Amino acid sequence: MNAANNTPRSSPNEPSEVEMLLPWYAAGTLNRREAAQVEAALAADPALAERLEWVRAEFAQEIYINEEAASPPDNDVQALFAKIDALPARRPGTVAASSPTLADRIAEFFAALSPRTLALSGAAAALVILLQAGVIGDIMFEERGWETSGVPANTPTNGSYVLIRFQPQATAADIASFLAANKLSIVEGPAGGGLYRVRVAETELAKPELTAIVNKLQNDKVIGFIAATE
Amino acid sequence: MNETGAAAMQTIADEVLIAKIAKGDRSAMEALFARYRVRVFKFVLRMVRNEATAEELNSDVFVDIWRQAGTFEGRAAVSTWIFSIARFKALNALARRTEDELDEAKAETIEDNADDPETALAKKDKAAVLRQCLAALSSEHREIVNLVYYQHKSVEEVSGIVGIPEATVKTRMFYARKKLSELLAERGIERGWP
Repeated sequence: MNAANNTPRSSPNEPSEVEMLLPWYAAGTLNRREAAQVEAALAADPALAERLEWVRAEFAQEIYINEEAASPPDNDVQALFAKIDALPARRPGTVAASSPTLADRIAEFFAALSPRTLALSGAAAALVILLQAGVIGDIMFEERGWETSGVPANTPTNGSYVLIRFQPQATAADIASFLAANKLSIVEGPAGGGLYRVRVAETELAKPELTAIVNKLQNDKVIGFIAATE
Repeated sequence: MNETGAAAMQTIADEVLIAKIAKGDRSAMEALFARYRVRVFKFVLRMVRNEATAEELNSDVFVDIWRQAGTFEGRAAVSTWIFSIARFKALNALARRTEDELDEAKAETIEDNADDPETALAKKDKAAVLRQCLAALSSEHREIVNLVYYQHKSVEEVSGIVGIPEATVKTRMFYARKKLSELLAERGIERGWP
C-alpha cells in the first residue's frame, strides 16, 4: 500500500496527513521519513502533485513579499546598544545559575507539561493548578526573585502583575484581543514553562483587588494558567 | 564596537553566543543580532505591518535577549526562543493599536505589495494576485505562513514558537491555505480546495 492510500482524504474538510505536510515539504523542513512519505504519495496521486504546485507558488510569493518588504535600518545595531546601555547595570549573581530551588522545580513542572498535556489535562488538573496559583506566584517571587526564574531584575516594579501561560489553542488574534480588552501588557517572558509576566494595573493593587482580577481573567478561553504575584 | 570580535563569532553556535551574552559579552550580542536582525524584523513586520513599529520591536526583542540570556535553559533552539519573544512583542504591539491604525496598516500593505485585483487579473499575473491574498490573511494566518515559508521553521519549531501542539500547527497552516483559496476564488482564481 502506498503512502497516498495510507492517508486518504476522507472528505474536503479532513485533509490527509500527507496533504497537510506539503508546505513543509516545499520548504524542505521535513525529516527524511516524512519527506519520503510525501514523495511516495506524490508519485501515486497526480492531484496531490498538482496541489504541491500551488504550495510552491505560495512559498515563492511569500519569499517575494518578504524580500521586497523593508529591511531594518543600517544603524540598528547602534540603536540596540543605546537601549542596552540605558538599562540599569546587571546585579552581580543574577545571571549565574544556582542549585535548583523550589522555584526551579515549579518552573520545571510547568515546562514538562507540553501544550498538548496542558490542553488535555482536564478540569481536575486545571483546578489543582489554579488552587496552587496564589501560592506559586508568591513562592517564585519570595524565594529567589523573578529574575532567576525567568525575567531579570530590572523589570519595572511599579504596578500589579500576574503570571500567565496561554492556552495552546489560543491564536495570536485571541491573545491580542484578550490583552487589549483587559488593558494588559506582557512585560517579560516567556520564562520556563512558557510563563509570561503580565501587568494588570499601573498601580499596586490591594490583594483582594488583584485576586478579583485573576478570578475574572482565569475564565477567559485564552488562559491556561494564571497566578497573582506579589 | 569590536568588529574583529563580532566577526570571529560568526561561526559560533547560537547556544554559545547566548552563554557569552549572559556574561555580558557585547561582541556575542552583536554577532547574534547580525545573525537574526533581518529575519526577526521581517517576521514582526509581517505581523504589525508598520516599519517604525517593527524597527522598535526588533531592538526590544534583542534587549530582552540581553537581559534574559542567563535564564535560557536550552529546552528549545535559540531561534525558537528568539521568535517566541518576537511573537509576543508583536502581539503586544497589535493589542495597543487603535482600529484606525489597523485599517491604515492594512491599506498600506495592500498598496505596497500588489496591484489591485482588476489590474492584476488584466495582466494575468497570478503571482501578483497570490501576493495580494497572502497579504490579506489574518494575523495568525500570516504568522504561520511566514514561519513555514519564509523562516523555514519545521512543524516542531513552529509549535515551540507559537505554543501550540504540532497537530494544531498543521491544521492551522492548512486552514490558512484554505482561506487563501477562498481569497483567490473571490479574485477569480479557482485552484480547487484548498
